[in-house]
Amino acid sequence: MLFAAEQFHEHGGTMREFLLGNEAIARGAWEAGVKFVSGYPGTPSTEIIETLAMRFPETNPRWSANEKVAFEEGMGAAIGGLRVLVTMKHVGLNVAADAFMVFPYSGTNGGFVVISADDPGMHSSQNEQDNRYLARVGKVPVLEPSDAQECHDFMIAGLELSEQFKSPVMLRTTTRLAHHKGLVEVGERREVEKKEFVRDAKRFSVPIYRLIRRPEVEKTLNALTAYAETCSFNRMEHNDNKSIGVVTSGIAYQYVKEVMPNAGVLRLGMTFPLPANLLREFCSQYETVYVIEEGEPFIEEYMRNLEIANLKGKEIFGLIGEYSPGRLRSALALGDPPKPFTEQVNLIPRPPMMCVGCGHRTVFAALKQLKVTVSGDIGCYTMGALPPYEAEHTTFCMGASIGVAVGLEQAGHEDTVAIIGDSTFIHSGIPPLIDAVYNKSHLTLVILDNSATGMTGSQQNPASGKNLLGEETPKLNLEAFCRATGVGSVEVVDTWQRKEIVNTIRRAIAYKGPSVVIARGPCNQLPEIKKRHVIPFIVEEELCTKCDACFKVWCPAITRTEQNFPVIAANECTSCTVCAQVCPTDAIKLAEAFA
Amino acid sequence: MNTYSLMFAGVGGQGSLLIAEITSLAAVSAGYDTKQTEVHGVSQRGGSVETHVRFDQVAKVHSPIITPGEAFAVIGLEKLEALRFAHYVDPKNGTIFINDHELIPASVADAEKIYPHETVEYLKSMGLRVIVLPASKMARDLGDGRMANVVLLGALSTILPIPQDLWEKTIKLRIPAKYLEGNLKAYQAGKEMMS
Ligand SMILES: Cc1ncc(C[n+]2csc(CCOP(=O)(O)OP(=O)(O)O)c2C)c(N)n1
Ligand code: SF4
Ligand code: SF4
Repeated sequence: MLFAAEQFHEHGGTMREFLLGNEAIARGAWEAGVKFVSGYPGTPSTEIIETLAMRFPETNPRWSANEKVAFEEGMGAAIGGLRVLVTMKHVGLNVAADAFMVFPYSGTNGGFVVISADDPGMHSSQNEQDNRYLARVGKVPVLEPSDAQECHDFMIAGLELSEQFKSPVMLRTTTRLAHHKGLVEVGERREVEKKEFVRDAKRFSVPIYRLIRRPEVEKTLNALTAYAETCSFNRMEHNDNKSIGVVTSGIAYQYVKEVMPNAGVLRLGMTFPLPANLLREFCSQYETVYVIEEGEPFIEEYMRNLEIANLKGKEIFGLIGEYSPGRLRSALALGDPPKPFTEQVNLIPRPPMMCVGCGHRTVFAALKQLKVTVSGDIGCYTMGALPPYEAEHTTFCMGASIGVAVGLEQAGHEDTVAIIGDSTFIHSGIPPLIDAVYNKSHLTLVILDNSATGMTGSQQNPASGKNLLGEETPKLNLEAFCRATGVGSVEVVDTWQRKEIVNTIRRAIAYKGPSVVIARGPCNQLPEIKKRHVIPFIVEEELCTKCDACFKVWCPAITRTEQNFPVIAANECTSCTVCAQVCPTDAIKLAEAFA
Repeated sequence: MNTYSLMFAGVGGQGSLLIAEITSLAAVSAGYDTKQTEVHGVSQRGGSVETHVRFDQVAKVHSPIITPGEAFAVIGLEKLEALRFAHYVDPKNGTIFINDHELIPASVADAEKIYPHETVEYLKSMGLRVIVLPASKMARDLGDGRMANVVLLGALSTILPIPQDLWEKTIKLRIPAKYLEGNLKAYQAGKEMMS
């Protein structure tokens, strides 16, 4: 959640703000004169662009259709001479990888920083992926801040580094870094003059001139490697006690300082390319060196290749999940912190749910009733795989629902229905839909069109009719679009009409040829929907027979009274009508009608 | 002890993040180095939310994450979430504040039956210092049950080394004018429960 920033003025005129790592990055980008920002929402990166839109619109921020588009727009703006920031979560870089891998071949003109927000522990991701490896493949330098102040400082320094070496720069954050708050000394915006763009095909038309460009990539990398040995991103904190040294990066540095206050520390703020001489020199001074890094053993493997022998790393700290001071203590045999209370008491889980009145519920109720195989996708509707619906049988990555359904059909599972959200459809569902039509699939696709990118906090997308800054913008006509691809049957249905949804999906399945059902109704977390005045539904107990039908709607606003009657939380009900539709005795009425 | 570690536990929508944020900002205004982090999946959808706040009167705070067993206070906005994070409390010097309130997870089968209604008694039997406050009821009596979080904040404020005027100043900064009067009363009521 974002709050307006609080400023604290100090002696000597410094100004400090209490900022999230992501807000500090946004602030740094603004101060550094960034004039173009693009990205696609994804936890834990989303607040960067949200902060820019709210506080620093002069950086010209936008949500792009997907990460590849965002990256390419950023490349264009940077070779065109602007300072640029592009943001995405770790898996977003997979989508943008084609552009990411080739950009170093031309190099940049204006400073270019791409945020890769990695998610150790998979708090809100489908995988754990350490993008320092992607950077190594692409030969892109990586900066890793260790606190909110450095998120701010490295953002600014990253742009300077990018311009100095004409190289794109990756700023790698992790969940804890992006989502913790700390005090940040901030400055003012400094306008940076636009760099001149010259039409230089020998540089910017990479495929044709690849043979000329290829050695340039190595030249830049060599220069960066030399720079890494002495740059101020890497810092030695020596200790007189030479028994234990630690090589660390990112947020793990903080845990090291807390748990091992007497260790010598080499904090690497630049983790690609790595400084071989610096590492050798540091390790030669300590008896044992621990390598403590969240994610994969990226630094550790490099050091092992240097044949540094006195190392301990992943074998004691582990590979999977987030690090913490407690985890370090256990690994170092400094004592195990207490475990959760689970004996004698029932520590039941509290999994996330779809919101009160979410329009996705009716679609899952229908899919469950139709007993079809469901090829799912990524969004709030991914929760349809959980009880009570359990009506989603495969989910992999954004856009996969359609291709997987086509494949399942080829394997004889013709009862498959693919479901995808509007944002995910635009992000990566379009080529597979075209493919399904082209290859004569009998695909049935349900598009859950809630005019929002719900899962990540209800951002605008091309189907919303509004952009990041809240301005009106052409609204993508999904039905016309699907028809244009050659889909024979396209039907639109109000997502809160239970019976109609079932019937429409049933017709779509029966249709010989590719068919699309668009289940439409806005996400309840959209600002304009949250603001609107609603009249809640209410249960008239005299008419209620306690048949429990309304509970099967699974709306969190419906609970029980002590007498076992259903009761609706008036301040939560969004008036979606679904519980009233299922009540056989019409006991659920609009509060107004009841009064 | 210089570092104060505080764990705020609740369900998305209960406002645990808001009182954690107010605590952090009050600590910052008092001149203490402060870090805060929140762990949640998709919070607006009724999952557990934990917020860690750490401040230090003298030294720098390194980790934003609290280690189980070191929290000076655990603030549970309802019983199950209090139980989930109770092991974070320092068993010797820490206090667990619990709102006497139960939110039954809607997405768990038979949740009502298996809900840990006996949380308070259990934690007390483990020898922990537990303070139960009827915060939701008090907030309802003051006009809006949603202010239970601020009642708990009032109680918490009495055991922290942050000057009283800074608490009120921070509440005024953070809470919209429309809700301010009620919340200041809720804060006061929580404080009085501890006197
Ligand atoms: C490549 C990639 N980028 C971003 C994300 C983060 N993310 C998860 S779901 C989602 C979009 C959800 O929007 P939509 O499909 O419209 O469904 P809704 O949540 O609104 O139901 C995003 C951006 C991701 N998982 N993968
Ligand atoms: S955020 Fe929107 S799409 Fe997601 S569960 Fe809530 S209402 Fe549904
Ligand atoms: S109308 Fe019924 S199902 Fe819809 S939000 Fe209100 S209580 Fe929930």
